[in-house]
Amino acid sequence: MNGAHDLGGMHGLGPVEIEHDEPVFHSHWERRMFALTLASGFHGKWNIDMSRYAREQMPPAEYLATTYYEHWLFGLQKLLVEQELVTAQELQAGHADAKSDACAVRAPEVEALLRKRRAARLDEDVAPLFRAGDRVVARNIHPTGHTRLPRYARGRRGVIDRDHGVFIFADTHAMSRDKKPQHCYSVRFTARELWGAEASARDHIFVDLWDDHLDPA
Amino acid sequence: MSDHEHHHHGDEGHEHDRPLSGPALRVKALESLLTEKGLVDPQALDELIDTYETKVGPRNGARVVARAWVDPAYRKRLLADAGDAIAEFGFFGRQGEDMVVLENTRKVRNVVVCTLCSCYPWPVLGLPPVWYKAAPYRARAVIDPRGVLKELGSEVPEDVEVRVWDSTAELRYLVLPERPAGTEDWTEEQLAQIVSRDAMIGVAEATVPARTV
Repeated sequence: MNGAHDLGGMHGLGPVEIEHDEPVFHSHWERRMFALTLASGFHGKWNIDMSRYAREQMPPAEYLATTYYEHWLFGLQKLLVEQELVTAQELQAGHADAKSDACAVRAPEVEALLRKRRAARLDEDVAPLFRAGDRVVARNIHPTGHTRLPRYARGRRGVIDRDHGVFIFADTHAMSRDKKPQHCYSVRFTARELWGAEASARDHIFVDLWDDHLDPA
Repeated sequence: MSDHEHHHHGDEGHEHDRPLSGPALRVKALESLLTEKGLVDPQALDELIDTYETKVGPRNGARVVARAWVDPAYRKRLLADAGDAIAEFGFFGRQGEDMVVLENTRKVRNVVVCTLCSCYPWPVLGLPPVWYKAAPYRARAVIDPRGVLKELGSEVPEDVEVRVWDSTAELRYLVLPERPAGTEDWTEEQLAQIVSRDAMIGVAEATVPARTV
């Protein structure tokens, strides 16, 4: 979706300000929000792409006016209700009408859950549509659902830099849990192809894109 | 946006002396609901927080970089299969399942961003800083990387190529900075001390602090 999350190339947002000796969390509620999101995710009712899509649906003006963990709060509340772990009424009232049948992850189980080495890479034997060095054009698509093809790359020509292998396709995984296994590539775009003649002739932007984002050029 | 961020830079010690802010109240209510439902265990939440607040952070990545600087065979393994080479240290897992290491040279500077959200290699760098997740960096890193680097005090010469990596898939990028001159006789442990988080994101270089030269 063409939401406020798709920020690449936007002007007027101000300087990048690095905070020295920045703490991991800036307040207690950020800590709890971070942990609530991970712990709720352990129930397996949604995947990471659904999680990103939920946050992207925050209205654009609100997205830009709020901080990172407020996006997480919005996304988690949405998923909890949509996936029926809590009801809208319970969320509104702030207390449970009934206990869940689901079993909460306990502290001793946390470490193993964080240390899995497999996530989006798949073993499926799917032939790549492109090879390193192939010239491609990113599709000019504007789906109202989730996509990992950023606006700034759509319709632009690039070159396959490397093939990372077969991955879950995030765009369909977010919408219907369809993994649609396919190759994911780093696609190299010249800065000038993306941003015009004012950009440096020397620089490149690499975007990770899947077969379904690309056509031969 | 950046002004707004500053609202969260409060002194933790005063947090309980003033009324809770909007999100703080809503998060507290949500935790209480989910606990009452039996969906989360507060001790598991503490464990999750403790992991990323005290156990996992950029010191992990710095050890990987320092090893690559002193051990050519390790450097080769790291560039060929970053996931396996990083796992030799025991660093692996969530948000670092598929790793790619990007090598800086005299002719190439790599910069990592996630324009769409906040993808970041947790096992080696911990959780991302606010500036990495906030709108200005996500907006500008792809359209004006040289401008951003210059503002951050890391100007790139004209004859050096800038490569910006937008983390749009489940691949997590770590920059291998150049080893600074004057560190030829340093130990791996000493070298790890000068590898900053920002150098491994690509917005700074590894440098020798003035007082130790």
